[in-house]
Amino acid sequence: MIKAENVFKVYPTRSGDRVVLNDISFTLERGEKLGVLGRNGAGKSTLVRLVSGAEQPTSGTISRAMSVSWPLAFGGAFQGALTGLDNVRFISRIYKQEYERNIDFVAEFTQLGLYLKEPVKTYSQGMRARLAFAISMIIEFDCYLIDEISAVGDARFHEKCEIELFQKRHDRAMLIISHDTEYVRNHCSHFAVLHDGDICFYSSFDEAHAHHMDNLHRQ
Amino acid sequence: MIQGRVIYALLMREVLTRYGRHNIGFLWLFVEPMLFTTGVTILWTLSKSAHGSSLPIVAFALTGYSSVLLWRNMPARCIGAIEPNLALMYHRNVKAIDIFLARLLLEAGGATISFVTLSVFYIYVGWLEPPEDLLTVVGGWLLLAWFGAAMAMFLGAVSEKSELIERFWHPASYIMFPLSGAAFIVDALPTAAQKFMLYVPMVSGVELVREGYFGDQVNSHYDIPYLVGWCIGLTLLALAQVAMIGRGITPE
Repeated sequence: MIKAENVFKVYPTRSGDRVVLNDISFTLERGEKLGVLGRNGAGKSTLVRLVSGAEQPTSGTISRAMSVSWPLAFGGAFQGALTGLDNVRFISRIYKQEYERNIDFVAEFTQLGLYLKEPVKTYSQGMRARLAFAISMIIEFDCYLIDEISAVGDARFHEKCEIELFQKRHDRAMLIISHDTEYVRNHCSHFAVLHDGDICFYSSFDEAHAHHMDNLHRQ
Repeated sequence: MIQGRVIYALLMREVLTRYGRHNIGFLWLFVEPMLFTTGVTILWTLSKSAHGSSLPIVAFALTGYSSVLLWRNMPARCIGAIEPNLALMYHRNVKAIDIFLARLLLEAGGATISFVTLSVFYIYVGWLEPPEDLLTVVGGWLLLAWFGAAMAMFLGAVSEKSELIERFWHPASYIMFPLSGAAFIVDALPTAAQKFMLYVPMVSGVELVREGYFGDQVNSHYDIPYLVGWCIGLTLLALAQVAMIGRGITPE
């Protein structure tokens, strides 16, 4: 279970402090799939980073009683100057995984071929997403945090993600943020809308979607 | 232990991004400081640099310049160390302190290997006598390393808050070099100046290394409690600053 209690996140900006998350509390149970909708800049990625533990809340606590992945996004988590293989090595080391076994899976899944020996900064967004996704599938987590990873890559990649994540790992918890509302509808059981620092929860997609649409078109 | 794994992974990543797999690769880690020290040794030998003692110039340059590399390179590598690693901080086990520790281990290791290799080589070809008291050399070296590491971590953490640190470190380290005891021995200074010179913490470390190396040939001056006091103070400040910036880091 992941439990967020009274989480505030404030970013200092040139024009004063900006409250991105304003007193947010929720729990995510094992196996539960939560989809979060929100406008650009609503704080969705911030929420995911806080849940992952990569970033600390300004106040409040987030406790993790299950293993939680890093935010699976197409940016971040990689060192651009290192090759794809070196990044696999790095991540294998910090998560105590056997590197050799992982390489085969990553090569097979990403189909990156010789590009795996090139620096990640030369990769396209789709290639990065493939690498990020493949590496995160090596390490088994109880909860996966997915930040717009479905927004990039081709149809073949989406099919593979579908199989790895939603078929083979259908019993895991997931926190999914996406602008693709259909993707959220198809994969989540619970929904939330993030707006102006507040979060609202819905058990029906249609209600969450209506609220989200209302926010989107409000000036 | 998680932190050990993370530091090892970061260390390997540093080696790869800094030295790559071209030509001699990671050997540059200590070949570079060796080239520096050798260059300075040659320069000082040719200019018959007056250092105010009867010590052979090779021995003088080796002990002095190696010490400078030890305390000067660590801060240089820790200032601005977080930014290029922000993407890796997506992994919650990767903390600011691990990034600093990995870089410190690498820098201290490089300077130490360079010092030891050159010492052994100079002793082998007969330019240098073996140290009179190895333990004293090691003690002085470790104190200098501690001082450099604590200063590096402190400056590295504060540099996340203010870019002024980076601007000031270059001139400051340049000015501190002649004051650090690398290019003179305290005994050669006027008695009145000796007392003030020992206020520079590095001087005690370098003098201790030289005492270990040359024994009775030199009359060394040092104040170990003063240097240790600096080390402890800087370490506490550094840890406090690192903990503070850790809370504010936003991964890329």
